[in-house]
Amino acid sequence: MTHPTTAEIVAQCQTLFDDLRFASARKWKEAEPGRKVIGYLPVYVPRELIHAAGMLPLGIMGGGDNLEVIHGDAYYQSYICRIPRSTIELGISGRLDFVDGMIFPSICDVIRNLSGMWKMLFPKVYVKYFDVPQTYDDEIGGVFYTGEMREFLHDLEGLAGRKITDDDVLNSIAIYNENRAVVNDLYRLRAEKPWQAPASEAYLVIRAGLLLPVEEHTELVRQYIIAAEAESRPIKDNSRVILTGMFCEQPPLNLIKSLELSGCYVVDDDFMLVSRWLIGDVPITGDPVHNLSQAFLHHSMSTAAKYEPDLAEKGQFLVRSVRATGAEGVIFAAPSFCDPALLDRPMLQNVLKAADIPFIAFKYAENSGQMQPIREQAGTFVDSIKLWSAA
Amino acid sequence: MRPSIVKAKPADVEKDASMIKQKEMMANHFNRLTDATESGAKVASTFVPGNLNELIMCFDLVNNLPEVNAIQSGLRKQSGAYIMEAERSGHSEDVCTYVKSDIGMMLKGNIGPNGKKLPDPDVLLLSYTGCFTFLKWFELLREQYKCPTIFLQTPYMADGKVTPSMVQYMVKQLKENVIPTLEQVSGVKFDIDRLREYLRKSAKAEDDLVYILQTGKNKPSPIDAYFGGIYYIGPIFGAFRGTDDAIDYYRFLREEVDQRMLKGLGPVTPDGPMAEEKYRLVVEGPPNYTNFRQFWKMFYEEGATVVASSYTKVGGTYDYGFRHDPDRPLETLAEYCLGVYTNRSLPMRIDMLCDYINEYEADGLLINSIKSCNSFSAGQLLIMREVEKRTGKPAAFIETDLVDPRYFSAANVKNRLESYFQMIEQKRNGKGAAA
Repeated sequence: MTHPTTAEIVAQCQTLFDDLRFASARKWKEAEPGRKVIGYLPVYVPRELIHAAGMLPLGIMGGGDNLEVIHGDAYYQSYICRIPRSTIELGISGRLDFVDGMIFPSICDVIRNLSGMWKMLFPKVYVKYFDVPQTYDDEIGGVFYTGEMREFLHDLEGLAGRKITDDDVLNSIAIYNENRAVVNDLYRLRAEKPWQAPASEAYLVIRAGLLLPVEEHTELVRQYIIAAEAESRPIKDNSRVILTGMFCEQPPLNLIKSLELSGCYVVDDDFMLVSRWLIGDVPITGDPVHNLSQAFLHHSMSTAAKYEPDLAEKGQFLVRSVRATGAEGVIFAAPSFCDPALLDRPMLQNVLKAADIPFIAFKYAENSGQMQPIREQAGTFVDSIKLWSAA
Repeated sequence: MRPSIVKAKPADVEKDASMIKQKEMMANHFNRLTDATESGAKVASTFVPGNLNELIMCFDLVNNLPEVNAIQSGLRKQSGAYIMEAERSGHSEDVCTYVKSDIGMMLKGNIGPNGKKLPDPDVLLLSYTGCFTFLKWFELLREQYKCPTIFLQTPYMADGKVTPSMVQYMVKQLKENVIPTLEQVSGVKFDIDRLREYLRKSAKAEDDLVYILQTGKNKPSPIDAYFGGIYYIGPIFGAFRGTDDAIDYYRFLREEVDQRMLKGLGPVTPDGPMAEEKYRLVVEGPPNYTNFRQFWKMFYEEGATVVASSYTKVGGTYDYGFRHDPDRPLETLAEYCLGVYTNRSLPMRIDMLCDYINEYEADGLLINSIKSCNSFSAGQLLIMREVEKRTGKPAAFIETDLVDPRYFSAANVKNRLESYFQMIEQKRNGKGAAA
C-alpha cells in the first residue's frame, strides 16, 4: 500500500480551504436524504453533540482573503473586525444555503450580536447563541453548562427527528477523542521537528477538520504525520516562536507563510482552538453531557475569551507552552478591532516580561494583503532572538 | 427657520430642586469615596449594567463605578489625555475608551472629579452583564489592585426570554460566591431583611423614573430623554438605587416635570427651556461625552427633542415593567441583570425601538454609533434598516465615541443631523401633513 506524500495531502487540504462554496460538505449532505449540516463559529462548540445527532459540524472561520465582500460591509461600521462581515457575505451570497443550523459561541459582543442578526436575516435556519460558563464550580457553572448542552441536544433532536441517546454521544466523544489525539500528535511533531511539519502545512491539515467528517479527518492527519516524518526536509536556522491571538478571525495563509519565510518556526499557536480545546480524553462511560461539562470546566484551553479566576494563573499557559516547545519568543498577532485579544494582550505581555520571554505584536485582518511589513518585523524579531541567545 | 430658544446665561439659569439635589448627592458620594481611606470605609468597584447597589449597601461598602468615572473624565475634557497615557503603556487604539480612560486615570494618580485621589478598591464585583469588555476590564484592574475579584455571570437573553435556569444560575452565584466574598471583604454579615428594605426603596424610585421617562409621550415632550435623560438616570443607575436620596430626587424631578407638562413647556436645555418642538426623535446608542453640550446643542438649536432612547435602559428596562421585588430578593437581582438593554438580543432591541417610535409618536430613529462599544454597535446598521422598514419612519446614522475626543467630528455630525432633519421634513411634506 502506498501512502500519499505531504504534497498530495496538503494539495487536498488546500482545495478544501480555497472552496468557499463548501462543495465537500454539500456532497456529504447530498449523499443521503435527511442529512443535516450545522455551522459553527470560533472558538468552541461541543461538536460531539452535533455528530451524535448524525449531522456534520461545519466550522465557519470567515471568508479569508479570497472572498470579495460586497454585501457584508453594508452591515458593519469600519471599526468592527472582518470576520462577521465576511460571514454575512457567505450567508447572503448563498454559499451557506445548505446549512441547516448556525451556532454562535460566546466569545465576544460582535459574534454574540451576529447571532441575532442571523436570526433576522435567515429566519428559516436554526440559530443558537451557545452560552458557556465563565465560572467553573461544578455546582454552579457546571449545572448551567449541562443545562445549556441538554437544551442544545433537545434542539438537535427536533432537527434530526429522532432521539439522541447517551450511547450516541459517548460514541461521538470516543471519535472526537481520537481526533484530538492525532491533532495533538501533529502539534507535538511540529514542536519537536518544525522543519518536518511547517506551520503553513499543518494549518491546512487542521483546518480541513472543520470541513470534513471527523472520521475522515482523523485518518487524514495520521497520513500527514506519517508522510511528514518520512520525508527528508532541510533544517533551517530559524527561531522557534509561538503565535497567539489568532483564535477567532484567522490570518491569511500568506501571513503564516511569511512568518516562516522571515525565519520563524511556529511551534505552537491558537488557530482553530476547537480542534484541541478539550485537553486529554473525555471519559467514554457514564453521563456524556456531564463528562463534556467536566472537561470544559477543568480541562480546557486558556484563551482571551475565557475568564481566568486566578490572578497567579493569568497568562501562565503561554509560559508553559514556551517551556514545553522550547520556543524562544512569542508573537502576539491579533485581528484589528478584536476586543478579547487586544484587551488581553497587555496582561499576557506583562507575564512574559516577568518570565523574561521576548515578544512582538502586530495586527492583521483575514484579508490583509501586504506582508512585507510583517515579514520585516518578524525577521528583526528573529534576528534579535538570535543575538540575545548568543550573548 | 430655527425655533426660538429662550436663551439664558449660565448664571441666570435657575436650578430646579432636583438639579440641586443631584449635585449634592454626587458631591457627597465622591467625598465619601475619596475619604474612604481616612474613614475606614471599604470600596467595591462594579459596573452600571448589572449594578447590585442594594446588595453592596448591605455590606456598608461604597460603590465605585469606573464607567461613571470615565464619563466624568470625558465631561471634564480629561479623558483624551488619559486614553493617550493608556495607549502609551501598551493598550491598543482599537479597544474601549472607557477602559483606557480608567486605566490612564489610574496611571496619572486616580484623581476623582472632586480633585482628590480615589481609593483603591477593596473588591472588584465583576458583574458580567451585557458587555464582554467588562470581563477584561476587571482582569486588568485586578492585575493592578490585586484585590479579591468576584465574578457574576449574567447569561445572554439570546432567545428573547429569561428562563428559570438562567435565574437559578445567577442566584447560585449570588449565594455561593458573591455574598460570602462580600461578607469576607467587609466583615459585615449578610442580612436579607436589610436587602429587602433597600429593594423596596428601589422600586419606589423606579416608579417615578418610569413616569418621568414616559412623559416623553406628551406633545411637546417636557423632557429630553437622551441628553436630559443622562442626568435623570444618574442616581438610579449609579450608587443611589435603594436609598432615600434617590426617592427624594425622583419625587422632586417628577413634580418639576409635571409642572412643565401643565404649562406646555418643552425640555430644559443648557441654554434655557426649549420653546418649540419641531422634531421628535428616538435615539439608539450611548452619547458622546467629550463634547456633550456641543452635541446636545446641535439638537435643541434645530428644535429636535429626543422623546425616548435606548441608552437610558442600560441600567434597567423599568419601562417594560421590571421593578425590584423585595419578596424575591435574590431572584429580583438576577432578573434585573438579565433584563438590561445590552443583555437583550438584537431582535428584542429592534422591537423596543419600534415600540418607542410608535408609542412616543416619533419622527424617526437616530443611531449614534460608538466606536468603543461593540455591545451596542455591532448590528446597528441592520437595526436601522429593520426599524425603518417596520415603522416607515426615516432613520439616520452618526458615528462618535464615548470619551475619546479624537472621534468626535462636530462638522460631520452636524452635517448629518441637518440632512436628517431635512429628510424628516421631506417625508412629512410627501405625506402632505405635518406630524
